[in-house]
Amino acid sequence: MRTQKRSRPASVGLHAGLLIGTAVALFPPLWLLVTSFKPKSEAFSTALVKDFTFDNYDHVLADTYFLDWFGNSLLVVLGTTVVGVFIASTTGYALSRFRFPGMRPLMWVLLITQMFPMAVLIVPLYNTLATMGLLNQPVGLIITYLTVAVPFCAWMMKGFFDTVPVSIDESGRVDGLSPFGTFWRLIMPLAKPGLAVTGFYTFVTAWAEVAYATAFMTGEENLTLAGGLQTFVNRYGADWGSMTAAAVIIAVPAAVVFGFAQRYLVSGMTAGAVKS
Amino acid sequence: MAVDTGRSAETAADGEHHSGRGRRGTAKNGNPPGRRRALTGQLGRQLSRHWYAWAMITPVVLVIGLIIGYPLGRGVFLSLTDADESNVARTIGVNEIPATYDFVGLENYTEILSDSVFWDRLGWTALWTVGCVSVTFLLGLSLANMLNRQVKGRSFYRIAMIVPWGIPAFVSVFAWKMLFNEKYGILNEVLDGGGIDAVPWLSDPTWAKVAVIAVNVWLGVPFMIVAMLGALQAIPDELYEAADMDGASPWQRFTNITLPGVRAVSSTVILLSTIWTFNMFPVIYLLTQGGPGDNTEILVTYAYRLSFVNSPRDFATSAAWGVLILVLLSLFTLIYRRALRKQGEVW
Repeated sequence: MRTQKRSRPASVGLHAGLLIGTAVALFPPLWLLVTSFKPKSEAFSTALVKDFTFDNYDHVLADTYFLDWFGNSLLVVLGTTVVGVFIASTTGYALSRFRFPGMRPLMWVLLITQMFPMAVLIVPLYNTLATMGLLNQPVGLIITYLTVAVPFCAWMMKGFFDTVPVSIDESGRVDGLSPFGTFWRLIMPLAKPGLAVTGFYTFVTAWAEVAYATAFMTGEENLTLAGGLQTFVNRYGADWGSMTAAAVIIAVPAAVVFGFAQRYLVSGMTAGAVKS
Repeated sequence: MAVDTGRSAETAADGEHHSGRGRRGTAKNGNPPGRRRALTGQLGRQLSRHWYAWAMITPVVLVIGLIIGYPLGRGVFLSLTDADESNVARTIGVNEIPATYDFVGLENYTEILSDSVFWDRLGWTALWTVGCVSVTFLLGLSLANMLNRQVKGRSFYRIAMIVPWGIPAFVSVFAWKMLFNEKYGILNEVLDGGGIDAVPWLSDPTWAKVAVIAVNVWLGVPFMIVAMLGALQAIPDELYEAADMDGASPWQRFTNITLPGVRAVSSTVILLSTIWTFNMFPVIYLLTQGGPGDNTEILVTYAYRLSFVNSPRDFATSAAWGVLILVLLSLFTLIYRRALRKQGEVW
């Protein structure tokens, strides 16, 4: 960061630029929040809230499948995050610490799978899940999401383990720990920032995934949030009030998790670039 | 940068000592022919030496093999058949109907490539990708540059500007859909207040394209800011101080210090966001459903439409589109990497 004196116009320009950026970034979510407290009939008034009401929330929570969707999403996301982060970290650790036959091919595969368009996989996955009876099942989506999250997370975890000094592993072995013991008792606790970032990434990926969820889950009560939200505003009609209320409830947990993770996220992402 | 600790771990695991050289030699050279004992012996040694590493990667290998490898192979196979909704294997009630689709070779591909729909979609996908990535990058770089100074409220600005990243994309897209509403949306209301006619944001082909790009840029800028901020902070202050001494103008400092300083990170994030944008599904699917007509349909959403929206579902053609997308992306990545290598980038 530079600490030189700025001229007054430069200072004004700087703040103006940052303020515009902030306003553009914040306006859509804020407007969503504001609209959710308006009565349905006023969903599109330009005024801020005149008649503050919780009607939209009441309606969404009581009269729709929203809670089912929320439960489905939560199940899928937690399953994906727990399994995904765990297997990504064991892989990341193996890739970071051991030289073994098959290591280079594995790293290539991890890299290449990241650019797989879901369009190639979605049809055969759909058919496969159909034959296994996993359509409309949270497990089916968890398995699917692992393919999206794990390759990237394994790469990130490898990066994190690379920053943990090898001397810690060595001291673990001197104390008689097995490689697994070293990994589990010594390295994992040190990798918390990395776990937070990958966990966050997996959470966000699964919470926000649309294509697979829309294709694999049918029937109102089986949808995840991404599919459910679409039912409020579609080509047959638009219930903007319910949409905004549901959107706010969906965005809040994500924003909270993001709030916790963002410190790690920023430092984690910049760790590679900033010399420490 | 990995550190080779395999050696010490392996000494601990099987009590034998191997030199790094010898180990690499056995791994590379493989087995001398005609020595079964040596072969099993070697496999056994490899296994006892590497089993913990292999055990640790097994789950991921399984996941990737079963859920990416197998479907990928099947997808390629499907793209060479005439499979659609009416002839794939399916179960209706208790009746199992076997698959009746035929192998048709490259017919799907020749059909797709000789049809203007593919080329139209490809053209728009290219425009969409280049537009989104370049605007996102420029905005991200300039905002990161502003944030990388001593300015009051710096952390507030930073947190506020990464808010779009923290909200699930599909929620944001619905928020934008509301803002873009032609009759009542606040964007048009504001324009109306300024005496400007309502803009048909989502129903006019050109405006719809502008709208989807704008939303995608809005979603992508936070990631760019964070990445570029990291890159900027890695540039040593001394470089700027030295430039100041030499009397360099701000623009000269930017082009001669800042730009080269962020190049390594930029090349990676540009590649990543190009791939992401190329395959960006939710923005277009949820904002315009590919419409009006199929004007905003990119390759990925079109492939999706073929197998999950249109009726009858055309699995074979959709799979062929998918394979073509994969080929395009791989080609792009290869060319991009080669170009970078020529410029002396290390990765």
